[in-house]
This record gives sequence, structure tokens and C-alpha cells, in this order.
Amino acid sequence: MAKVIGDIVIDIEKCKGCGVCVPVCPQDVIALSKNVNGKGYNYAESVNDDCTGCVNCAIVCPDGVITVYRKKIE
Amino acid sequence: MADMITKEDIRKPENLVYKKTDLMTDKVLSYCPGCGHGTAHRLVMEVIEEMDIQEKTIGIAPVGCSVLAYEFMDIDMQQAAHGRAPALATAIKRLMPEKFVFTYQGDGDLAAIGTAETIHACNRGENIVIIFINNGIYGMTGGQMAPTTLPGMKSSTSPYGRDVQMMGNPLKITELVAQLPGTIYVTRQAVHTPAHVRRTKKAIRKAFENQKLNKGLSFIEIVSNCNSGWKMTPVQSNEWMVENMFPFYPLGDIKVND
Repeated sequence: MAKVIGDIVIDIEKCKGCGVCVPVCPQDVIALSKNVNGKGYNYAESVNDDCTGCVNCAIVCPDGVITVYRKKIE
Repeated sequence: MADMITKEDIRKPENLVYKKTDLMTDKVLSYCPGCGHGTAHRLVMEVIEEMDIQEKTIGIAPVGCSVLAYEFMDIDMQQAAHGRAPALATAIKRLMPEKFVFTYQGDGDLAAIGTAETIHACNRGENIVIIFINNGIYGMTGGQMAPTTLPGMKSSTSPYGRDVQMMGNPLKITELVAQLPGTIYVTRQAVHTPAHVRRTKKAIRKAFENQKLNKGLSFIEIVSNCNSGWKMTPVQSNEWMVENMFPFYPLGDIKVND
């Protein structure tokens, strides 16, 4: 059975830590980090490997800092 | 086999499904964290990229939070005096009818100081697209009451809530322009969830397609949040918007003439 596996790459220096991406993720992959970036924001980070590459987080991100990859596994 | 796949295997160009469009510059947006302006900017740029009209599009930046839109959108842009974006767009479109012209305005710009320009451009049926971001407040100057502020809504100049008896009623300018014969497509959308973002993008695409066919003026209102002005976190402000803004500003198409 074909399965998809996804991954997100977050540009943490441009992330403003608004957290809009956190509730829209159906797999609860994203959480705000305890660490801060150069501007003092608690940036978003990927916390587990359940990402399916649905792009929900990327299209609601106001600053467009999330890049999404998706791969099919046979 | 799944456990053999590493992040490096997934992060390959052929697996890329979404990245920020190249039509947005690499500058960090000047908006507050969680502001809907960034999403709206990106949607307009994605539509322009998909239609491949980057070289043929002229945008008009307003006065307000999005005054620096020309810094973030990698297309030809001009910045208008406060509220005069539809007038400037009219001039550009009439001088260069082959170009795609859109204005990007906030509620203070479009519904307060620019009411005359907006209504007359809509009434004349200029062949332009107006993108109107409504967050019910003057965000840039410190959260003062705007014409679109809801009854009872607190702002820095209505600290006890908007009293309709004294301060007048909010202006539903989108419903107003829908009654004018010049408008071809009038809709109200939002950008706080993925589903709404997709719907808004479709609406913007339809508006630009209308302009391509010289159909008339398309007016897209995007109800957005202003978490700094409303004194909330971005996620709370989105919830507040769903509970309070949407009953007063219901989403959906208001006028579709094909």
C-alpha cells in the first residue's frame, strides 16, 4: 500500500512565532519551541515524524516560512 | 522500509510540494506576528505567478499597515495617497489597458478616507481588481476605531466599546458596492484556516480572470485579524474573528455576474 511521508523545513530566523500553524496541523507535528530566534520569537519547529505533507501549515503561515516536501513510499 | 527513509531523502527538489512563491521578495514582512496581510500578499502573488502575468501587472499600495507592500511584492507597484488607490488604478488601467491593475487596501484606506474614490470607481465599472483587507480597526496608527469597527467593539478611541448611538453604525462597504451596476464580482473571504485560504485564492484568481476578459470591477474583501490592535494572541484573535466578525460580515460571494 502506498503511503506518503512528508517533511517541513521552517526558516526559523524569519518565523515570528505567531503559532497560527500549530492548531491547523492534523498530525500535531508543529509546536512552538522553547528557544528563541535572533529576534526573540519562540519559533515553530517540527516535533515528530508524523508529517504527511498536507501543506496546511505552509498556506496559513503569514510569513511564508514553511517549505513542504512529500514522498510516496511503495 | 519506511524506517530507512531519512529526512534527506524527503527533502529533495522532486518531492517539493509547497514553498513561498518567488514573487514575494526575501525581505521579512513588516507585519505583526499572525497578521493576515502576509497570507493575503502571498495569495495575490501566487495567482499572478500561476497566470504568468508578472511582467504585465501593476499593483497599487495603500496607506496603512500595508503601505510597504511594494517592498514585498516583486512586481511593478505604485503607492497612492491615502484612499486614492482606486483613482490611481483607474488612471493606470485607462492609459495602459493591456496591463493587469489591482489595488490592495485596508479598511481605513478604502472605507474611510477613500470612500468616494472606491464607490465612484466601482460605479464606473473600471476594469480593475480591488483587494480589501478588513480588520475593523486602524492597525497602523494604534488601533483607533474605524468605520468598520463592530458595535460594542473596544478600540483605543472607543475604550468602552463602540456606542452606535454616539459613534454611528459600522459601514458594510462590500454590500454597498455590490449594489452598483459597475461591479461584476463582489465577495467576502477570510485567510485564517487552510480551507479559507484556498477559497480566497480561488476568488482572487476569478477576479484576475475577469479583468483578463475585460468584464468590469472585481471587489474582494478579506476579513482579517489585527491581534496587536485587538490586544490578543494571533490564535485568540482568529477565534474572536470567527465568533464576532463573521456574524456581522458573513463570508461568501455577494454578487457574481458571469
